[in-house]
Amino acid sequence: MSAAPVSPHAAVAAAAGAPVLEAAGLSFSYGDRQALREVSFSIGRGEIFGFLGPNGGGKTTLFKILSTLVPSQSGNVRMLGHDLKSESHAIRPRLGVVFQHPSLDGKLTVAENLAHHGHLYGIAGRKLRERSAAMLERMGISARASDLVETLSGGLQRRTELAKALLHEPELLLLDEPSTGLDPGARREFNNYLALLRERDGVTIVLTTHYMEEAERCDRIGVMHRGELVAIGPPAELKAAIGGEVVVIHARESEALKRKLDQRFGLNGTVVDGTIRIERPRGHELVAAVVEAFGDEIESVSVGKPTLEDVFVHLTGHQFFSAEARPASESNP
Amino acid sequence: MNGALLQIATLWWREVTRFRRQRSRVIGAFLQPLVFWLLLGGGLSASFRPPGAPAGTNYVEYFYPGVIVLVLLFTAIFATISTVEDRKQGFLQGVLVAPITRPTIVMGQALGGTTLALIQGVIFLILAPLAGIHLTLGAVAATILIMALVAFALTSIGLVIAWRIDSTQGFHAIMNLILIPIWLLSGAFFPASGAPAWLRWTMRLNPLSYGMAALRRSLYLGATTAASSSPGFMMPLAITVAFSAATFILAASVAKRAAAT
Repeated sequence: MSAAPVSPHAAVAAAAGAPVLEAAGLSFSYGDRQALREVSFSIGRGEIFGFLGPNGGGKTTLFKILSTLVPSQSGNVRMLGHDLKSESHAIRPRLGVVFQHPSLDGKLTVAENLAHHGHLYGIAGRKLRERSAAMLERMGISARASDLVETLSGGLQRRTELAKALLHEPELLLLDEPSTGLDPGARREFNNYLALLRERDGVTIVLTTHYMEEAERCDRIGVMHRGELVAIGPPAELKAAIGGEVVVIHARESEALKRKLDQRFGLNGTVVDGTIRIERPRGHELVAAVVEAFGDEIESVSVGKPTLEDVFVHLTGHQFFSAEARPASESNP
Repeated sequence: MNGALLQIATLWWREVTRFRRQRSRVIGAFLQPLVFWLLLGGGLSASFRPPGAPAGTNYVEYFYPGVIVLVLLFTAIFATISTVEDRKQGFLQGVLVAPITRPTIVMGQALGGTTLALIQGVIFLILAPLAGIHLTLGAVAATILIMALVAFALTSIGLVIAWRIDSTQGFHAIMNLILIPIWLLSGAFFPASGAPAWLRWTMRLNPLSYGMAALRRSLYLGATTAASSSPGFMMPLAITVAFSAATFILAASVAKRAAAT
């Protein structure tokens, strides 16, 4: 296994050369409901790749297929040089999986959980003890080795989960919503572990997330919406594609106001879930003019550099969190 | 092959460890049948006169092997019930993506459940003198063998259900509709001899009846007061072995086909 540290740029370049994971035309449906539509992507060795999308966008289905839990229905996936459907026995020993719901047994100790995992992967005896001790040391949980998992905090359980998934030294690590249920501090810490893992061991990391800040830290992201992969690229590039700034206006009569604005300023705004959005270079200058002209009809105006949330809205015409409560920490300043 | 043995051993040992750490489960699976035995055995003793039974066979004694099977049934069910939740958001998720085949997983689970049931069954065996049964050493050995086979079959049936359904509520419904009737109609609760013909036939077709018969027989092994109404030992034993093998194969194939969603 190559242990050379890989810079984000090198990783992106590698995506074109030596893909670790490649999907073409992947589709999946549960009865009538199509969960994935013709999804295609390619992920290079040493890359940190995130699938970003709201809940119900198809991420979890994709994760289940990639982790070999569910056989794909149509399309091809090659992982670590093997066909995912027919050669999963060759892939599994080299694949690490971190589930959204803990796959730890709460009635067992940290060390026992790791030992059972090792045995399933054919690791036993002294090799198991050494690796397990080293992994616990690395994750900073050595002191809790003989505590029952159910007595650990959420953050420590996550670390145990990661220690378990890494025990057999996988080349590719899959994580489903890794930071769900973690407070911001623990979330940052967890992401630092992932970055370190890539730097030190050259592990390829593929995760699903609905947190913008987590997606920001990936080398590349794939934006998912209603089972489709609507965009793929480095976060900075996706944001740059919008251009300039994003002006968001809340108004009582948004449709009517949008028409007036379009007419008056020659804009091409859109109304998304009752708010007017205008993507425009030098958007802050527009704000002054808009408030001047239509001040009484406006409830609030905000302007900012495009975020990944703006990218999502731009691509899909839908608010990212329209279906869920919008966390305060993720609103624009 | 060596790898598969290690995998089976680790899954088996996990079940045993969990069991040791859940006292209430241990006590529940033991106490409930004990109460059944004492209340039903005591209450029905006066009115119970099995046709063809030697004089002096009381219901406490008749019901005793039936309660042993009930202990095995309850423990086997508790051992498999965790499979349902384990698969969706627990330990089993990690097992399902590990380099292990589904039949190997099922073997580990089945042996785990069998061991737990057997521990409970052996504890219950200590109460034999209360039923008026005096066990010889040979009887103890034979009874443990039969208990292991029956427990393995019952755990496998539990696993067939657990791998097929998605919620534990579903499991309780199926338990009441299938598992309890299988037990009731195995000769555990009443003998076939006095029952109407259709019931007698149902009991004859019930594979558990033979495990029950083998158990009755093994308890009296070497004793002169053998319950004469029981059939021979070898035929029920052979059917019980076949029953265990068949239920395991069924569980393994159900697990193989089960989607992990």
